[in-house]
Amino acid sequence: MVDVPLGPAGLVPPAEVEDVELYHPHSWVTKYVFSQDAKVIAIQYSATALAVGLIALVLSWLMRLQLGFPGVFSFIDANAYYQFITMHGMMMVVYVLTALFLGGFGNYLIPLMVGARDMVFPYANMLSFWLYLLAVLVLVASFFAPGGPTGAGWTLYPPQAITSGTPGGQDWGIILMLVSLMIFIIGFTMGGLNYVVTVLQGRARGMTLMRMPLTVWGIFTASVMALLAFPALFVGAVMMLFDRVLGTSFFMPAMVEMGQQTDRNGGSPLLFQHLFWFFGHPEVYIVALPAFGIVSDLISTHARRNVFGYRMMVWAILAIGGLSFIVWAHHMYVSGMNPYFGFFFATTTLIIAVPTAIKVYNWVLTLWRGDIHLTVPMLFALAFIVTFLNGGLTGLFLGNVVVDVPLSDTMFVVAHFHMVMGVAPILVIFGAIYHWYPKVTGRMLNDTLGKLHFWVTFLGAYAIFFPMHYLGLIGMPRRYHDVADFAFIPASAHTLNAFITVVALIVGAVQLVFLFNLIWSLRHGREAGGNPWRATTLEWQTPTTPPPHGNWGNETPVVYRWAYDYSVPGAKEDFLPQNHPPIAPATAGAAP
Amino acid sequence: MTDHALTDAGGTLSGPNNLRSIATDLSSDQRAFKNVPWGKAMMWIFLLSDTFVFSCFLIAYMTARMSTTVPWPNPSEVFALTIAGTTLPLILIAIMTFVLISSSGTMAMAVNFGYRRDRRKTAILMMLTALLGAAFVGMQAFEWTKLIHEGVRPWGNPWGAAQFGSSFFMITGFHGTHVSIGVIFLLIVARKVWRGDYDTERRGFFTSRKGNYEAVEIMGLYWHFVDLVWVFIFAFFYLW
Repeated sequence: MVDVPLGPAGLVPPAEVEDVELYHPHSWVTKYVFSQDAKVIAIQYSATALAVGLIALVLSWLMRLQLGFPGVFSFIDANAYYQFITMHGMMMVVYVLTALFLGGFGNYLIPLMVGARDMVFPYANMLSFWLYLLAVLVLVASFFAPGGPTGAGWTLYPPQAITSGTPGGQDWGIILMLVSLMIFIIGFTMGGLNYVVTVLQGRARGMTLMRMPLTVWGIFTASVMALLAFPALFVGAVMMLFDRVLGTSFFMPAMVEMGQQTDRNGGSPLLFQHLFWFFGHPEVYIVALPAFGIVSDLISTHARRNVFGYRMMVWAILAIGGLSFIVWAHHMYVSGMNPYFGFFFATTTLIIAVPTAIKVYNWVLTLWRGDIHLTVPMLFALAFIVTFLNGGLTGLFLGNVVVDVPLSDTMFVVAHFHMVMGVAPILVIFGAIYHWYPKVTGRMLNDTLGKLHFWVTFLGAYAIFFPMHYLGLIGMPRRYHDVADFAFIPASAHTLNAFITVVALIVGAVQLVFLFNLIWSLRHGREAGGNPWRATTLEWQTPTTPPPHGNWGNETPVVYRWAYDYSVPGAKEDFLPQNHPPIAPATAGAAP
Repeated sequence: MTDHALTDAGGTLSGPNNLRSIATDLSSDQRAFKNVPWGKAMMWIFLLSDTFVFSCFLIAYMTARMSTTVPWPNPSEVFALTIAGTTLPLILIAIMTFVLISSSGTMAMAVNFGYRRDRRKTAILMMLTALLGAAFVGMQAFEWTKLIHEGVRPWGNPWGAAQFGSSFFMITGFHGTHVSIGVIFLLIVARKVWRGDYDTERRGFFTSRKGNYEAVEIMGLYWHFVDLVWVFIFAFFYLW
């Protein structure tokens, strides 16, 4: 579909990049522990992120127990509740979703999908994981530090984040959180540079940018965004650390703390909010864009149909990436910033709906008259579309200043962002794991367990977050430790809260089925073969499965076509791999 | 690296096809930026990211300066030195700026000689660059010491807004760290050039990869960036 100008040598353009020389590990330690192989690093990243995800899941259970049955669990006092909120949010957003999509899927899929042997700088890539692990350890250490982890809320707004009333504010909690974030950002930068440069400069012969699978486009754009957005968080973290440790007043206005006038003055708490959300909003799309890309590939593969409007999909990814840098203050309508800003940021926020809608339409049109196989990855992909649409639509409500002001800090917001950047990307992660597990291990995940996992997770997520919209509309505030004794909250809301809690416990428990499936199938799963989904992209065309270090054996693949040649008329199979030579050289291979 | 002509898309560089051929070039086979080695591409993208870090620092500093309730100290008085009875505003900063910009000149010469494979001159010029960089950091240390003796702390100073000291130590500290890291890597690369590592394709200690003279240019990119950042710090912190 995309015309590629060919060199004088004919169909296959000459190699521009010399074949790289790989580092050959000499021992078990350099092969599996301090490994420079992107695939091993990917598995290390994913395993760590999943472990953090489990901790964050348990924290959400504890929060739900308190909300559903206030006062029953005496060990969840107000301080503990805020600590759970904070750690759950920060862990899920940064240490699970970002790390899984970019560190996990990015590392595994980018080199394989673009036909490279490895990332361009494997050593930096390895350091990236170890810094990530260090960041995780520092973060988890705050559970054991005096005073416990910080309870400032995942947004860490000053001045309360570092004052004495907040758990961890005057203890180790906030310090460990900020240090951990800084380490994470440094580590991510090492990995992110690798992902970007590998995509830009290290592709296989014939792999033009417009032949790349959308997964690679999504991860690539998200990595670029992360490299530009994380600096704001880094700077915010440095400044807050100074405020906390050195007693500076970057974010601290003149204020009274515990009845005493503090010796701070002249700082700007709003400045932190701007820095945080200049990172925070792109972060939403850093998580969403890889999900968009992966979902496009899953739908195309499992519906045996080419992606509808590939070019528009690419441009939509880039447009969303660009626009997401100029919408951040829609998180701050009630912060006290200049009200005129609201007009600008509401406008840009609503404009983002356009490329996003293009993507949703294109997914639906890809499915239109497709040969839909309801495999487990496909179920998750379809669920993603519905869920993302749902969360996206409530985003339109919250993007408007007048609607946002009454809904701010209610459960409606919780429902919105969990739908759009919690549940939706997690569904994609599950779908992607079911899809690529056969490539990673050589065995299929169990289908029955997979379907059980899917239906409970999908329906459960709706049972949890749909009622929250209603709770928000009737005014139930978020981040309240105890909502039992408010006159404006009706008794039915408490029943609903208890219901949500029970469902949350079930949905959480069913993730154990998934974990069991992951481990059990490692040995007992059905043999997958090299290409169980009969997919076109390069990672399924490796000579051996799982792919060895270096991926491709003696010769890197040569790419002749885009990633979506499904059900091509005249082809023998219903798919043509990207490295499949033109079937009718007389027409397809004619010199330009 | 391979011949550029082989991969030329063949589009003309004039007329309405101009943009289209740029897009075709960028999205074409294997590499978006032709003849740009991996390391160089990586350094450019890193510098873009680092630009955002410094921009955030400077914008945060400007916000702090505008939001303080107490007047901001006058930089030309704070950063004045009295030499032989005359008080010269910003004299030390002027010398520091001159030293750092000169070091960019020596760095550019080093890159030039690197591509001519003139090992001796490259190494000497890189070490000269490192020396100038170290001199810059030394003068910064002197400036910090002087201000600390005059009572400037991150949490307060005798002349006005506390954010003056906070921003000063944070921004110049962060920049000084960049210069110091640059000096260390300049010395490492200079040693490799001197020893002929890039000619004998000796493998790196950590990465066990072969290096080449591109390392000199990549080092140069970083150094010029650090220099450029200083110009902005000079303009926004000292001259404002």
